Amino acid sequence: MSRRTLLTYGAAIAGVAALTLFIGWWRVDGPGAPEPVAQRPLPLTQMEFQMTDQGGATVGPASLLGNPSMVFFGFTYCPDVCPTTLSDISGWLDDLGDDVAEMNVVFITVDPERDTVDGMAEYVSYFHPAIQGWTGTLDETARAAAGFRASYEKVAVEGGDYTMDHTASVFLFDAEGQFAGTIDYHEPREFAVPKIRRVLATTGEQTS
Amino acid sequence: MKSTVAAIALAFSVFVGLPTTSSAGSEDIVVEDAWARASIGTNRPGAAYMTVRNTGPDPVTLVGLETPLAMMPDIHETTTDANGVSSMGPVGEITIPAGESVALEPGGMHAMLMRLQIKMVEGETFPLTLNFADGGTLTVDVPILGIAARGPER
Repeated sequence: MSRRTLLTYGAAIAGVAALTLFIGWWRVDGPGAPEPVAQRPLPLTQMEFQMTDQGGATVGPASLLGNPSMVFFGFTYCPDVCPTTLSDISGWLDDLGDDVAEMNVVFITVDPERDTVDGMAEYVSYFHPAIQGWTGTLDETARAAAGFRASYEKVAVEGGDYTMDHTASVFLFDAEGQFAGTIDYHEPREFAVPKIRRVLATTGEQTS
Repeated sequence: MKSTVAAIALAFSVFVGLPTTSSAGSEDIVVEDAWARASIGTNRPGAAYMTVRNTGPDPVTLVGLETPLAMMPDIHETTTDANGVSSMGPVGEITIPAGESVALEPGGMHAMLMRLQIKMVEGETFPLTLNFADGGTLTVDVPILGIAARGPER
């Protein structure tokens, strides 16, 4: 093998190594890195999306400003997680009683193709009266989820139907729209209720 | 409506009540605290919960479910990952060791009632048959609670 061939091979190997390193950097730390999934939601004031509530009114993140809010994602064709979350939340609201009179409690569907305004209205009517149900177009749903850093995905099930994987945490915001914490799915009442009280208390201090 | 459900339940229990041969173990199964949530119409899948206890000396394997209420009943499990994303999928067969029990409860495993044929009405009950690997079956009457129910005790 001539010296020239060796050099060529050497250069090629060095080139491949450099390219590998570059690709590695690009995918891990560089512009090609995946978006971190578990980020904090944006403040409501920085979100932009438009939906329809259970009464047919046009709503968006600005509708929630002025009072503390509790927002969560789900869908009404969900047999387990969503009714459990809605009944958990109904129980927390019952515990808090009059303290939550001014709180916004919003259930946003990740399945707007099946969850119409009427469907959402009927569904939320079975739970605590403070719970609102918002639905929008596929685009607006994606914008809303992006703002809350929530994720969702349609998953086919046996028989041609589908279900939705989705973020099941409940997001808390203060009256100014600042993110104020998360209540995890199925978190026990003794942890969840004090978290809500804390948000309500902060809001009271700021406005007084 | 109630009588229709009862009639179907009766017809079904007669059907599943036919002598089951070669039962080894499943006759020791006891189902406790069964309950389900009412449904809105029949488009959305329903869910039922219960504790399945194996009181016998041998492990027993639950292989499937049947009910006149839904064309595709199956045991599903909800899992929530570190990012708070919940997903749901079929569990397959469940083996209950001797003397132990398996809980189907909100946020974990549930009897997913797909393709509802009848609306699930609060206050009524429906028959749910558990099929075991040894060929044995057990039919339980599942009470239907409200949509916002959280558990068997109200």
